[in-house]
Amino acid sequence: MVSPSYYLTLSAILFGLGVIGFLFKRNIITLFMSIELMLNAVNLAFVTFSRQWGELSGQVYVFFVIIVAAAEAAVGLAIILLLARNRQTLNVERINLLKL
Amino acid sequence: MVEQFTFYFFAALAVISAVLVVTVRNAVYSAVFLITTLLATAGIFLQLRAEFLFVVQIILYVGGIMVLFVFVVMLVDLDVALRQVQFNRQKWVALLVVLAVAGQLVFALALGSEALGLPAAAPESLEPNTESVGLRLFESYMLPFEIASILLLVAMIGAVLLGKRQKPPRSEA
Amino acid sequence: MLPAATDYYRLLPEILAAVFGTIVMLLEPFLRREHKAALSWLGMLGAAAALGAAVLVRSDAGPAFFHLIQADPFTFFLRLLIYATALLVMLAARAYLDRENLPHGEFYALVLLGSVGMGVMAAAAELVTVFIGLEISSLSTYILASYRREALRANESALKYFLLGSFATAFFLFGVALVYGATGTARLEQVAEGVASVLLLKLGLALVFIGLAFKVASAPFHVWTPDVYEGAPAPVTALLSTAPKAAAFAVLLRIAGTVLPATLLWFWVLWGSAALTMFVGNLAALVQSNVKRMLAYSSIAHAGYILVALAAGTEAAYAAALYYLAAYALMKLGAFTLVAHLAGRGERRLTLEDYAGLARREPVVAATLSLYLLSLLGLPLTAGFLGKFYVFVAGLRAELLGLVVLAAVNTLLGAYYYLRVILYMYFREPDPTYEHAAREPVPAGTGLVLAATAAGTLLLGIFPGHLMRIAELAAASFR
Repeated sequence: MVSPSYYLTLSAILFGLGVIGFLFKRNIITLFMSIELMLNAVNLAFVTFSRQWGELSGQVYVFFVIIVAAAEAAVGLAIILLLARNRQTLNVERINLLKL
Repeated sequence: MVEQFTFYFFAALAVISAVLVVTVRNAVYSAVFLITTLLATAGIFLQLRAEFLFVVQIILYVGGIMVLFVFVVMLVDLDVALRQVQFNRQKWVALLVVLAVAGQLVFALALGSEALGLPAAAPESLEPNTESVGLRLFESYMLPFEIASILLLVAMIGAVLLGKRQKPPRSEA
Repeated sequence: MLPAATDYYRLLPEILAAVFGTIVMLLEPFLRREHKAALSWLGMLGAAAALGAAVLVRSDAGPAFFHLIQADPFTFFLRLLIYATALLVMLAARAYLDRENLPHGEFYALVLLGSVGMGVMAAAAELVTVFIGLEISSLSTYILASYRREALRANESALKYFLLGSFATAFFLFGVALVYGATGTARLEQVAEGVASVLLLKLGLALVFIGLAFKVASAPFHVWTPDVYEGAPAPVTALLSTAPKAAAFAVLLRIAGTVLPATLLWFWVLWGSAALTMFVGNLAALVQSNVKRMLAYSSIAHAGYILVALAAGTEAAYAAALYYLAAYALMKLGAFTLVAHLAGRGERRLTLEDYAGLARREPVVAATLSLYLLSLLGLPLTAGFLGKFYVFVAGLRAELLGLVVLAAVNTLLGAYYYLRVILYMYFREPDPTYEHAAREPVPAGTGLVLAATAAGTLLLGIFPGHLMRIAELAAASFR
């Protein structure tokens, strides 16, 4: 029997890697993939807690998160395509991300 | 023992490929490693007795969303995307967040599940999985399920609107 | 067990808005191009129907859909605010969409469907339902922000909005997961009751706060705001700065009002965030020469004032926050609609220089804009003054002297840049070499919106009693 704190630690590591990827990568698509990584970590946390409480809501939540991820991907990739068509480069730095 | 071994196997697979997702420069490789991470997580779902999510993760996440990603990676000009500078000036923000996450990690590890006060797992109560998830989904969670359709409608309108070619401007323009 | 008729009845406004949004999209392909603008009537009818339904179901308070939704006076207040905003935005957008040659049907459908998401957020009593509503509202605003497809600048700001928004959503979601882990439920009432792990709950609530702080554009999570507000089409900016913000504040208020640990845990976070948000917004607004961008920073500052009320945490403070949200929505809607009109085709005329001598050329327009600006500044007899007054009083009653003093200092800072625009309009001669746009008459829809918001700003400033009573009732729903 693996302790739930192991699963949670794994989830935290994956989430942290997603955050690092989001903050450090400059390619927009990889940046977006980092967000998927974070959502995946969230799903893992939900499933762990669901098993821990012996209660299925957590698994239903994961289902919703996946639906939302799909919708987000559709819109996000459409925006990326639109921008790529309007401009030939895909570098967030030149989009002045996080400019104050 | 077997359970421990499978956990470490999938966890190592997930973490290593996640590290690769954020370190390799080529977006196609990133996508492939992300798929590996998602598959490894699906394995862990199975271990946690979430069979339904195991299937959903593979069919929907890997089969649907990631294919969309790879598709777009192919569509946009990768040569240009590849040549970008990889780091920016926001490192301190990242460092802060990483420290916070690391702190959380240490907490979770040092305390263990007993200190977190989580109840002991009750594995048998969750079977059979798919049927009970379905019942839960269409009874108490019917509303989010229904309004998720609005979410998908919005996404569809958006994708078509942004994706379609520009109409030629009207004659007056 | 299936939901009963009362469940649907308590969600009627959202259902109606969703139905009308879908009908708009169904009819769109069958209309000839020159008739598509007529869809705005259908869109506005949808928002009006949702408003009517909100009033209709007001008396029937209670939970719906297995306690995922809570219809109460609080929900009623926000529904009024959200659907009225949607109505006004659609009314103002018609002329804008014609001018910029943008598609009509999708715009009204997205505004309506987005407001469904915001309505769900306001009504939701469970965090995952909040999440779905939040995503509907966010996705539609991402799309609306990139609505000028050929404008590179708008695309870039939309992409930035999308990426940072999804990033924040992931934090919100991780927070929800931890709250669920700590309590075994995501329903707010139950979260308040049984907590197995205080540590997890605290961590979770902190992450939930980060996610929502992004949506209300409070510092230090505001960095996306100026660029997105500037890049988005002006009617969309009017929407962005009002309804989604109100919905996110609604979620914050409902959590703070229902989950006691959140109120205690968030106190210093709210305090610090309020102070920082006010200063960042006002100081940055001081140096802007682009009016749209200045208004964006000003809306950051206003989120700070509302956070002051949240930090106070009393029932009177929540009522003040709600009143402020309504007053703020009126002035921002009016101001951005007017900026949209004055900017001209392609939104080129946005700098202070473009506003020089406006009072001579268009006295009525200049006077209306001055009214909004004075209300944003907080001059007596305007809605903005009373909003600030209620918030400050509630803050003082809650013994937040320091924060209220900071807020007062910020009001003075704000005076500089609001008055500067008025100064330009009334006392600055335009540069003789500068070529002004040909004077354009105010389109009927825009005029109506301006009249409604200006009248509302004055009315709320002189007779606040009625709205304040509704706000007090709303704030009492958490008892």
